[in-house]
Amino acid sequence: MSTLHTVNKSPFEKNSLETCVRLASKGNAVLMYEDGVYGALKNTAVANLVKGAMSNLQFYVLGPDLKARGLDAAKVLDGIKVVNYNDFVKLSVENDKVQAWL
Amino acid sequence: MSDIKKFMYVNRRAPYGTVYAWESLEVVLIGAAFDQQVSLAFLDDGVYQITKGQDTTQLGIKNFSPTFSALGDYGITNIFVEKESLEKRGLTVADLIPLKYEDENDNYAEKDSIKLVSASDLVKVLEEQDVLLNF
Repeated sequence: MSTLHTVNKSPFEKNSLETCVRLASKGNAVLMYEDGVYGALKNTAVANLVKGAMSNLQFYVLGPDLKARGLDAAKVLDGIKVVNYNDFVKLSVENDKVQAWL
Repeated sequence: MSDIKKFMYVNRRAPYGTVYAWESLEVVLIGAAFDQQVSLAFLDDGVYQITKGQDTTQLGIKNFSPTFSALGDYGITNIFVEKESLEKRGLTVADLIPLKYEDENDNYAEKDSIKLVSASDLVKVLEEQDVLLNF
């Protein structure tokens, strides 16, 4: 069964991203949104955690939440896809279930 | 096809600082009344929810930890605890409330509901679920 994992908390405030990466199955999708978008950026303390998981997981980040925070695709780690709200809906229905890490 | 789905409640917050733990337990008990296949997972700070010796009398709020012992009577007999989360906090299973159930298929023998699992085993358990609810 395929799972979409969502992370909406900053990885510097909560361990949601770390736990998500630890417990997601190979082939799963991970979408970072709201304060979760900080986990998608280059040169952070969690960048290696995310890069190390890319061979198992496909990461996405919500563009509108990047933009709201003055961030853009250039600051996002290579390999993470920037998506919009329609893509978020598609990901939700294309997967069998959603695991919303709070 | 069966209408029974596998519901997993994932608990990752300590008990009294926020309302997550208490809300989770309420939803778990409601879900159990609907004859679904319910299991629980405690990981990260969620493991503190089921530690022994909780006493909230001086806080003036309800100590809901004894309620976990009733889950067996609601048919909730699979309570997964992540080994790594316990170890990181210097805890062992001996520090947890001994949650039990009576196995009606085995002459009502008393059995442990708590299953200590590694992160890699928990990955598989999560993968098997139909619905995941996080608290």
